Amino acid sequence: MRALTVHRGKVVPMDRANVDTDQIIPKQFLKRVERSGFGQFLFYDWRFDEDGVERPDFVLNKPAFRNASILVAGPNFGCGSSREHAPWALQDWGLKALIAPSFADIFYNNCLKNGLLPITVPEDIVHRILIESQDEAGLELTVNVKTRSVIFNDGTEVAFPLDTYSQESLLQGLDEIGRTLRAEAEIMRFEGQEVNRINTRS
Amino acid sequence: MAPRTLYQKIWEEHGVTPIDDQRQLLYIDLHLIHEVTSPQAFEGLRLNHRTVRRPDRSFAVMDHNVPTGDRTMPIDDPVARRQIELLEENCHAFGIPLLNLHHPEQGIVHIVGPEQGLTQPGMTVVCGDSHTSTHGAFGTLAFGIGTSEVEHVLATQCLVQAESKTMEVKFIGPRPLGITPKDMIMALIGQIGIAGATGHVIEYTGDAVSDLTMEERMTLCNMSIEAGARAGMVSPDMTTVNYLRGRRFAPEGPDFDRAAMGWLAYATDSGAVFDRTVVVDLTQMAPMVTWGTNPGMVTSIDGRVPDPASATDPAQRQAWQLALDYMGLTPGTAIQDIPIDRVFIGSCTNGRLEDLIRAARLVRERRVAPTVRAMVVPGSGLVKREAELLGLDRVFLDAGFEWREPGCSMCLGMNEDVLEPGERSASTSNRNFEGRQGRGGRTHLVSPEMAAAAALYGHFVDTRPLLHEEESV
Ligand code: SF4
Repeated sequence: MRALTVHRGKVVPMDRANVDTDQIIPKQFLKRVERSGFGQFLFYDWRFDEDGVERPDFVLNKPAFRNASILVAGPNFGCGSSREHAPWALQDWGLKALIAPSFADIFYNNCLKNGLLPITVPEDIVHRILIESQDEAGLELTVNVKTRSVIFNDGTEVAFPLDTYSQESLLQGLDEIGRTLRAEAEIMRFEGQEVNRINTRS
Repeated sequence: MAPRTLYQKIWEEHGVTPIDDQRQLLYIDLHLIHEVTSPQAFEGLRLNHRTVRRPDRSFAVMDHNVPTGDRTMPIDDPVARRQIELLEENCHAFGIPLLNLHHPEQGIVHIVGPEQGLTQPGMTVVCGDSHTSTHGAFGTLAFGIGTSEVEHVLATQCLVQAESKTMEVKFIGPRPLGITPKDMIMALIGQIGIAGATGHVIEYTGDAVSDLTMEERMTLCNMSIEAGARAGMVSPDMTTVNYLRGRRFAPEGPDFDRAAMGWLAYATDSGAVFDRTVVVDLTQMAPMVTWGTNPGMVTSIDGRVPDPASATDPAQRQAWQLALDYMGLTPGTAIQDIPIDRVFIGSCTNGRLEDLIRAARLVRERRVAPTVRAMVVPGSGLVKREAELLGLDRVFLDAGFEWREPGCSMCLGMNEDVLEPGERSASTSNRNFEGRQGRGGRTHLVSPEMAAAAALYGHFVDTRPLLHEEESV
């Protein structure tokens, strides 16, 4: 996984609640067998019309936001399907962090596994970011994994929750499978004690 | 020992080692695999020179993008074909059992696992698919994971997990005629919202739940994820035990009885405490229909499409307006006046034998409306075969339904079964998100009975009078 410590970037606002993973990456693009190259299909049905032509009014298509790296959205972002193609697409498009009042569980986990930082902050802070980022000048924010906080230009610092396990993984770009394999002795012990319930090869 | 919930028992029993004060390394008993969320995981293993730790705890099927028409023909879509071939290669390379496209018992992963007897009480079950919650019907802790976690389980048979909060959903009152577990779960989602159970594992309780068959409990648990829950579960009882007896992977003879005693002990102890309890009253419940673009936008068959002007807050007003625009609906329209073009009976929510039996009961000796194209897609090869033994294929075909080969099909439209832009479906699946069944397609979620009735009339109808008629014959 890619390490992430501090990131400063432009914010793109998506003022919608319950953005589901079927919208983030429609199913017709799930057939690829690689992890890369999904950015071109991000929000496909919202970004492009039936003829594959960009819809100019869709926020990601606006020139001001094309180089944004932080997305801010309404509550319950990433609900629905467990497809990890959703964080892959967001990341491949250029996003480093997502800010919302809440995320769906599986999606939240999937982001962390890929070094895409999901930031949960209170509704009023999201509201402020949504408004300020729509402003013509745009909004840049700093997100800091070490201090677990979002920093505004006026110096306001807002804390967000991030468990220490994921924080360590992010800061050091750790391979979580490698981390788990260090517990080999414990896994072996567990496997030695358990009642061997099932054998799919029997 | 203090009384514990089913969830707590499984959680404690499967702890390999603590990670921090909330997290532990959780051992996974059964890992189910399908073609869409696994290729990158196997590739990751290879890149890191790792292997599959427990192929004997893994089981794979092909379901998401398989064709449901003639299987002797090659798959048209080269990208889908590649995924299917890759799964075959990966399972072969790592020694993982697979029901491939041509296996007579191939089907949707969440239908195949239980019917093969792979899913057993007290287990931890994961799959790279959010509807893994279905398996919770057996008193298992079963949840969906992403591809990175699929790779993690392949390599270690474990996952780093935080303990969830628990939520009891208690259904009270007798279940009226025409109310199915699909209506029960949609009513719950309508009541608590699509993020209402985020961070929680739900346990469904109450007499109305104990009275459900295993297949009905699976429908209930299946859509837990649509309420935002991590998992949904039902405490194991004799219904669970009886379902498992004689299944391919269930223990046999005296081993079975010994196992059954162990299974029953997982049930939530009386006096165990949940973090939250929600009560849903069945007494007045009517068949449910979604009108919008998420499963929480739901009303009953005697309801109407809501008016955004009457929404309580601006965010809700905006969401309703966007949904109505997408769905092409006018506020105030009676649900029964909404005409439909397509009907889909199938999916891991409602593609089991009892679902088909109940739908067929209404279809018998009637005809699909001339304006409707209707299809039945059994959830697995076993379901299909059993349905055919009962003659259900004839009932559906004679009425004008298509009778197809098993798979996910129009639930997510990764194969050729899709809605055209603007087409409106009555679907027994679980998601009505924009474009879910095809770009521009408009999905209304309903029970199998409601879908069958809608096919016959060309619009939504109340199944209760029809079922009363049936009962009195
Ligand atoms: S039937 Fe639908 S919800 Fe179920 S596993 Fe298949 S695609 Fe997912």
